[in-house]
Amino acid sequence: MRASADIATAPSVIHIFITVLKRDLTLAYRRRQDLVNPMIFFIIVVSLFPLGVSPEKSFLQEAGAGVVWVAALLATLLSLDSLFKSDFEDGSLEQIVLTPQPLFIMVLAKISAHWLVTGVPLIILSPILGVMMHLEFETIKVLMLTLLLGTPVLSLVGAIGAALTVGLRVGGVLISLLILPLYIPVLIFGTGTVQAAANMLPIGGYIALMGAIFALSLTMSPLAAAAALRISLSN
Amino acid sequence: MSAVSPTITQSSTSELLPSIGSELLRAESLFCERDERVLFEGLNFSINAGEIIQVEGPNGSGKTTLLRIMSGLSAAYEGELFWKGELISSARIEFLSNLLYLGHKPGVKAILTPVENLRALMGIRQSVTDEQIHSALEKVGLYGYEDVPCHNLSAGQHRRVALARLYLSTDELWILDEAFTAIDKKGVKDLEALLQERAQQGGAVLLTTHHELQIESGFKKLQLGKPVSNESLARNEELVAEEVDTEAMVSRGGMR
Repeated sequence: MRASADIATAPSVIHIFITVLKRDLTLAYRRRQDLVNPMIFFIIVVSLFPLGVSPEKSFLQEAGAGVVWVAALLATLLSLDSLFKSDFEDGSLEQIVLTPQPLFIMVLAKISAHWLVTGVPLIILSPILGVMMHLEFETIKVLMLTLLLGTPVLSLVGAIGAALTVGLRVGGVLISLLILPLYIPVLIFGTGTVQAAANMLPIGGYIALMGAIFALSLTMSPLAAAAALRISLSN
Repeated sequence: MSAVSPTITQSSTSELLPSIGSELLRAESLFCERDERVLFEGLNFSINAGEIIQVEGPNGSGKTTLLRIMSGLSAAYEGELFWKGELISSARIEFLSNLLYLGHKPGVKAILTPVENLRALMGIRQSVTDEQIHSALEKVGLYGYEDVPCHNLSAGQHRRVALARLYLSTDELWILDEAFTAIDKKGVKDLEALLQERAQQGGAVLLTTHHELQIESGFKKLQLGKPVSNESLARNEELVAEEVDTEAMVSRGGMR
C-alpha cells in the first residue's frame, strides 16, 4: 500500500503542467474583461493607421504587414505585466517556487496559458485586419503563419522580463525596456516574411529562421524565467 | 508488484514520518541584515521531528525573514542550513518534497472557489482526490462554501482555505507564518490540536503567531530581537549542541 501511495502522491510532470495550465485558464476566464483589452488595442491601432497616415491602397499593401505586426507586439507587451503579478501578490508564486518539481515546467504552463489567451486571439483577428489593409489572400495566409510562429516567442521572451520585474513597483516600464530589444529580430523576420510573400519571393528561409527563433526561445526562456522568478522572490 | 507487498505492513501514519527526536532542519550561525540593521547573528538552532517551535519577537524583529530563509525562499543570509545533516543546496529536492510553507500571503486566489484553490495548490505537490479536498474543507469549517468564490468569504474563511492544506499534507516539516491571523478562538483550538497531534506523529512545526499557544509537549520558543543569551534560546542551543558535535565531525570528515 505504501509504495503505491507514494507513487500516487508524486504527480507526473505532465500532470503538473496540466494543473497549472488549467488553473491559469480558469483565472483568465473569470477575468475575461481583462483579456479583451489587448485585443481592442490591437484592432484600434491597426484601424487608426489608415486614418492617420494614408488610406491609399498601394501604401496600405506596403505597410500593412508591418502595422499588424507592430500592433501585435505592443498588445502582447501590454499584457505581460500581469503574467506573474497577481500570483506574486497573493502568495501563489511562493507556493509554486517551493514545489520539488522543476519550476520551468510550471513557468512554461503559465506562458502557454498566456499565449492561448493573448496570442491566439491576435492570430484569429489578423485576417480581418489583413483584409482591411488590402493584403492579398496569399499574403494574409503568410501573415497568419508568421504570427503563429512569432506570438509564442513574444510570450516566451516576455516572460523573462515579467519574471525579473515582478517584485518591483514600477515593473511595467522596465519590462518594455528589457524586452523590446529582444523583440526586434522577431519583428524584422515577421514583417520580412510577409513582404517577401507579397513580392512573390521565396519565404522558406524566413520561415526556417522564425522557426529557429521559436525553438530557441521555447527551450531557453522557461529556464531563464524560472531563474529570474527565484531571484525576484529571494529578497 | 513485488515492491508493493513488503510494505503493506507499514501502513500506519507514524511510519510515514521520521521517528521523534531525529533532526530535520538545522541552522548554523545564521546572520541576516536588513537595511543595514542586523536582525540576527550567530543564530544556531535545529528543528527535530516531534517539535513545535514558535518564533517570538516584536514586530520587525525578523520573524518572517527567518521563516523565509528557513524555507529556502530567501537567500539573503549568511550561514549554513542543513536538511537531515545534508547541506540544503544539495538536498533541495528532498527538502522541498517534505516542506509545507504557509506564508503571510496564503496563496489563495480570490476569484477561485476553495475547491479550485486547493486543487491548484495541492495539485503541483501531491495527487489529491476531490473527496480528500472536500473532507479537508469540512474539517476547517468551510462545509457549504466549497463552490463560493473566495472573494465572497470573510478574511478568516479565506485563511481557512489555506489552512485546509494542513489536513491534506504528508510533509514532515511545516513552516507557518502568522497562520492564526483572523482565525476565531475555536479555530485556533482546532489548529493547536492538529499541530499537537502532528508533532506526536513525528512531524515538526516552525511557526510565528501572536497567540498564546496551549501546547504541552515538544513545544519550544525561539526569541528574536533580544540578546542571544535568552533563556529559552539557550535551552534550545543546549539541545542542539550535543547533536552538532557529532554532525560537525561527519561533515568535516566529508570535507577532507
